[in-house]
Amino acid sequence: MTATAASPPAPAAKPVTVPTAEAATTPTAEPSPKPAPGELVLSPVKRSGLADQMKSGLDAPICLTWELTYACNLACVHCLSSSGRRDPRELATEEAEAVIDELQRMQVFYINIGGGEPTIRSDFWHLVDYATGRGVGVKFSTNGSRIDAAVARELAASDYVDVQISIDGADAATNDAVRGEGSFEVAQQAMERLHDAGFSGFKISVVMTRHNIGQADEFEAVARRFNAELRLTRLRPSGRGAETWHELHPTDAQQRRLYRWLLDRPEVLTGDSFFHLSALGEPLPGLNLCGAGRVVCLIDPIGDVYACPFMLHDEFRAGSVRDAGGFQRVWQQSELFAELRRPQSAGACASCGQFDACGGGCMAAKFFTGIPLDGPDPECVLGHGEPLLDAASTRPSPAPDHSRPTPVTFLPRKL
Amino acid sequence: MQHGGAEFNPNGRYRLHERVALRPEPFGALAYHYDNRRLNFLRAPELVTLVSSLGEHESVRGAFESAGLEDSRWPSFEKALASLAASDFLVPI
Repeated sequence: MTATAASPPAPAAKPVTVPTAEAATTPTAEPSPKPAPGELVLSPVKRSGLADQMKSGLDAPICLTWELTYACNLACVHCLSSSGRRDPRELATEEAEAVIDELQRMQVFYINIGGGEPTIRSDFWHLVDYATGRGVGVKFSTNGSRIDAAVARELAASDYVDVQISIDGADAATNDAVRGEGSFEVAQQAMERLHDAGFSGFKISVVMTRHNIGQADEFEAVARRFNAELRLTRLRPSGRGAETWHELHPTDAQQRRLYRWLLDRPEVLTGDSFFHLSALGEPLPGLNLCGAGRVVCLIDPIGDVYACPFMLHDEFRAGSVRDAGGFQRVWQQSELFAELRRPQSAGACASCGQFDACGGGCMAAKFFTGIPLDGPDPECVLGHGEPLLDAASTRPSPAPDHSRPTPVTFLPRKL
Repeated sequence: MQHGGAEFNPNGRYRLHERVALRPEPFGALAYHYDNRRLNFLRAPELVTLVSSLGEHESVRGAFESAGLEDSRWPSFEKALASLAASDFLVPI
């Protein structure tokens, strides 16, 4: 199928409405020391305008996450993909190359590569070169364990590759409780190497939890020290996070403080993940909508396509890149994505005055906490989620699980 | 907002930056700049046509005229093009 500019719901040839200049072009990625190929940063957009058009879907995703492997040398307690062991069905090098060829044809300008730990794949650097050689920019997410001095120098020299180092605490005790012993040290070394190699503007990505949310200022200082950019994202009850979310997710008071903190710092990247906080008033920068199947999607290591990175569950599996027609057919024709692009019912939130601001919140957060998809977000800032959270008797089990057989446990918290 | 040098001049000649790619979308097009990695939404099919052919015209306003763009829409299109020029998506010839 070819992408056609005029397919429905295209405006009539001579639309009566005049596009306002502000709306006609919306600058998205703000200038940065080294621009991010994979970060969608948007000015606040009126829901009546661009956001509504986004809801009905695009011919290709803007923000595509591709998890290259389920293999990981860490076992973070909140891992959204329950990673650990490689899946024997993972895409072969030639299959991955074919996906990249397709993304190039569809003009997907950049991809976010993750895992698992993507650098574990023996063809990782080859695939990065293959993508960037075809004009598909790459940002990859890593725990830093494979970033030695030579790799750091190569990365610093590339215009098309951006790196995102994950930490979940501003100190070893806080971080290692979630990501495993020694992981802070490893990440810190990687950041130092990137900095020493002159890579400015790499990303430091932190999942906000009850235990690290008070360290926001410290994370900001770490980013400044390494001439990096800070990225804070929301904890989802996906993957192993389903088991740990209830003890890790921020409190209501913490969410409110974070909202003010983010409003004061539009330069902090969030991947548009805190849009549920916009119900508190002024919208945070971003589209402020659930992009699942509309502007974002996930390709998992075996080529399955899901509506978003936090929805690894059969119910949100749209197809596979291995199916006839490949990724493009899944994106443009899958029934699931078509359904997600239709106007959604406001359900239980219909009577809430803030529905237009938060759109009912994050679908994955609702799904994995057993709240109906047209119900409120479990972390609804107006408190509508909590009663349902208490009432939810069954929660879908996240699948697939690639955890190693050893139990994943919290480290004892050092006091 | 980043400014790409001189003030936008609707009587001047401009063309699309050679490192900008346009991706057709139902609402118009997505424009991506491979150098500064910015993404812009061109939210009218007429804007996409105009931007693509801008370099063939003696001036921005000349391009409006030959595209048959209604007068009432000129100001909003000028603003949109000025914003594209400010982020280096359009360059003066």
